[in-house]
Amino acid sequence: MKEEKSICCCCEEENQAELIAKINEVIEHYKNKEGSLIQVLHQAQNIYGYLPLEVQKLVADGLGKPVSEVSGVVSFYSFFSTQPRGKHTIRVCLGTACYVRGGKKLVDRLCDILDIKVGDTTADRQFTFEVARCIGACGLAPAMMIDDVVYKQVNPDKLNAILAKYKD
Amino acid sequence: MTKMINLTINGKAVQVLEGTTILEAAKQNNIFIPHLCYLENVHKFGSCRLCVVEVEGSRNLQASCMVPVWEGMKVHTNSGEVRKHRRMLYEMMLSNHPQDCLSCTRNQDCEMQAMGQLLGVTEARFGGDNEKGEVEITPSITRDMAKCILCRRCVTACNQIQGVGAISSQKRGFNTVISPAMELPLGSVDCAYCGQCTAVCPVGALKETDAIDMVWQALEDPNKRVIVQTAPAVRAALGEEFGMEAGHCVTGKMAAALHELGFDDVFDTNFAADLTILEEGTEFLGRVAKALTGGEATLPMITSCSPGWIKYVEHTFPDELDHLSTCKSPHMMLGALIKSFYAKKIGVDPKDIYVVSVMPCTAKKFEVTRPEMMNDGVPNVDAVLTTRELAKMIKQNGIDFVNLEEMNFDNPLGLSTGAADIFGVTGGVMEAALRTVYELVTGRELPFPELHVSPIVGLEQVKEATIKITDTLPEYKFLEGVEVKVAVTSGLKGAKKLVKQIAEGISPYHFIEVMGCPGGCIAGGGQPRMTTDELRQKRMAAIYEEDEGKPLRKSHENPDIQKLYKDFLGEPNGHTSHELLHTHYTERGLYNDRLQEEI
Ligand code: SF4
Ligand code: SF4
Ligand code: FES
Ligand code: FES
Repeated sequence: MKEEKSICCCCEEENQAELIAKINEVIEHYKNKEGSLIQVLHQAQNIYGYLPLEVQKLVADGLGKPVSEVSGVVSFYSFFSTQPRGKHTIRVCLGTACYVRGGKKLVDRLCDILDIKVGDTTADRQFTFEVARCIGACGLAPAMMIDDVVYKQVNPDKLNAILAKYKD
Repeated sequence: MTKMINLTINGKAVQVLEGTTILEAAKQNNIFIPHLCYLENVHKFGSCRLCVVEVEGSRNLQASCMVPVWEGMKVHTNSGEVRKHRRMLYEMMLSNHPQDCLSCTRNQDCEMQAMGQLLGVTEARFGGDNEKGEVEITPSITRDMAKCILCRRCVTACNQIQGVGAISSQKRGFNTVISPAMELPLGSVDCAYCGQCTAVCPVGALKETDAIDMVWQALEDPNKRVIVQTAPAVRAALGEEFGMEAGHCVTGKMAAALHELGFDDVFDTNFAADLTILEEGTEFLGRVAKALTGGEATLPMITSCSPGWIKYVEHTFPDELDHLSTCKSPHMMLGALIKSFYAKKIGVDPKDIYVVSVMPCTAKKFEVTRPEMMNDGVPNVDAVLTTRELAKMIKQNGIDFVNLEEMNFDNPLGLSTGAADIFGVTGGVMEAALRTVYELVTGRELPFPELHVSPIVGLEQVKEATIKITDTLPEYKFLEGVEVKVAVTSGLKGAKKLVKQIAEGISPYHFIEVMGCPGGCIAGGGQPRMTTDELRQKRMAAIYEEDEGKPLRKSHENPDIQKLYKDFLGEPNGHTSHELLHTHYTERGLYNDRLQEEI
């Protein structure tokens, strides 16, 4: 299949062909069911980890839709990602309280440390870096989360130490 | 069962069909409600909300283009509240619209500007951000998404009407942008360049890529012989740009305007349309003869004059390209002849000749850049202007178009028959081909009143006809009793249906005509905006009127074509023809995955 060739990325761990075959099974299952695009994309993301263009094309061809429409849906919902996700997700709060008390500084510092932009994933796939709107810790701003753990009154100089705990 | 609904609009009692929207109900009763995203019979989405009205009993103002009427409804279209709200919405829209109207190609021809005037908005009160990326310039279409107002008419045109789906709405909220998947450039995806999106865009966000500057430059260059040709459909719509009544061709005035603009020769693409019939008709008879005498031949054969259709099929059905006629489109044929036959005749080096085609089409702008469209290292055609662009040049030059004295096209590439005129409308190429092929094979005129093959006339998406061949001339005995089945479609959605049948091996046809735009070239992506079905009908009538007014109605009767074969080309499908007038196609694939890397 021509798609398999182009999908192949630099990570060796997973067998691409196997993942693609699994996605094709999902597509086959939903093929003639109207309104199943979001379902299929969900499952494809679970299988593949994210939804790069090549996977979107697979889904588009399978369901007989233009890829522009598939991409429209993928980019509309925040739970879909077109980038590989890291093992851990960092979310810095940029709600009003955090913003005025230095949230932006945390973002800038993290960009430096991780060497990526907001929304991206580090090359070693350890961290995906996002921002959030108010995570309910306004009294102790600035706040951020790594996975489910909330960090309050974060001092930018402590960021390296916090991240160190998550590196394996 | 149709039920009538009673309501009042601005106190006036009116009655309309059930299911009618407030906006339509108002229009039917001569009450105008301002609207921007809504496009009659084409697009209804409710995104701009400029069409809001007050409905008694409803707490919020209602978008009249979306809300159907109900019994006893009381609507106010112009209350103080409504006016205030509309202006506010408009001003918000303006706040993230680049305010560079003076340098925008849609200046004076923009629905957004017109709306501002209508609502009496004279200043931009709010400032805003706008980061919608760079302007993309493809050979056919220029995209400037900073100007997009997200009406999504183009999305409807590309997806629902054309069935291509090259563009769609991406992301959400303030970041929403209309683009191909993953915001890839339009030039990198399966866009057909049909331009139907540019024909409905209300603002300067989607438009044809400008060729006017290039053409002025050529006209000013004393070392260039600048030669122009015009497609059949241009004359059926150009007058509309000057406020003339739709439905009549302005052929003579157009020729006069082109002379006045300074073109050295004013030729007619129609001449090459007649030529196409001889080349394509011969090709068709050749394929049928082979098939009926036990040889291998690819049938059905499909017409190839519409470059949007060609790019579409190269992307979507790259395995079916053998079905396409090898004929270049008529204006490419004429360009090739101008730079060979005519260049020799007037003793000018083809490199010093600059050929401009005026076309109802945006895809032709891409077509002329194809490497297949060159002979001896020079492109067959140098620039393509749309009908809209020609109108602009005429205005720029201060020509009083409406009052021009009519003129003729120049010889020897200016004379055409009625068969050439109908190339501009869906069904026309097929009818023109049948007029010639039938007569060639039987020695008799095509047996239809006025020579019109009525089953394939009109705006339906797919049309078909069966022509039974009897009493053939001796050399066509193999066709005796054969029922030739033809199909005609316009718009890429219909084309998809017919090619799908071919791919599945169940196509019952011998010959298929495809035009890329719904209705044919009369409603091409480069024609005056906005093309409604009513306008299509009028332009169609104009084309048939032109055809019926011609002393000659069949391509093979064109004396200048006969002379061209005698003096230069030899035989239809002969060696010189193959060199100059025929081409081949490129397998692209839906994701351009079949394209060979270009070196
Ligand atoms: S030119 Fe035609 S195919 Fe391309 S985006 Fe516009 S409507 Fe779609
Ligand atoms: S590009 Fe034009 S037609 Fe398309 S959504 Fe934007 S304004 Fe509307
Ligand atoms: S604003 Fe950051 S936690 Fe509420
Ligand atoms: S015209 Fe009704 S919402 Fe735009």
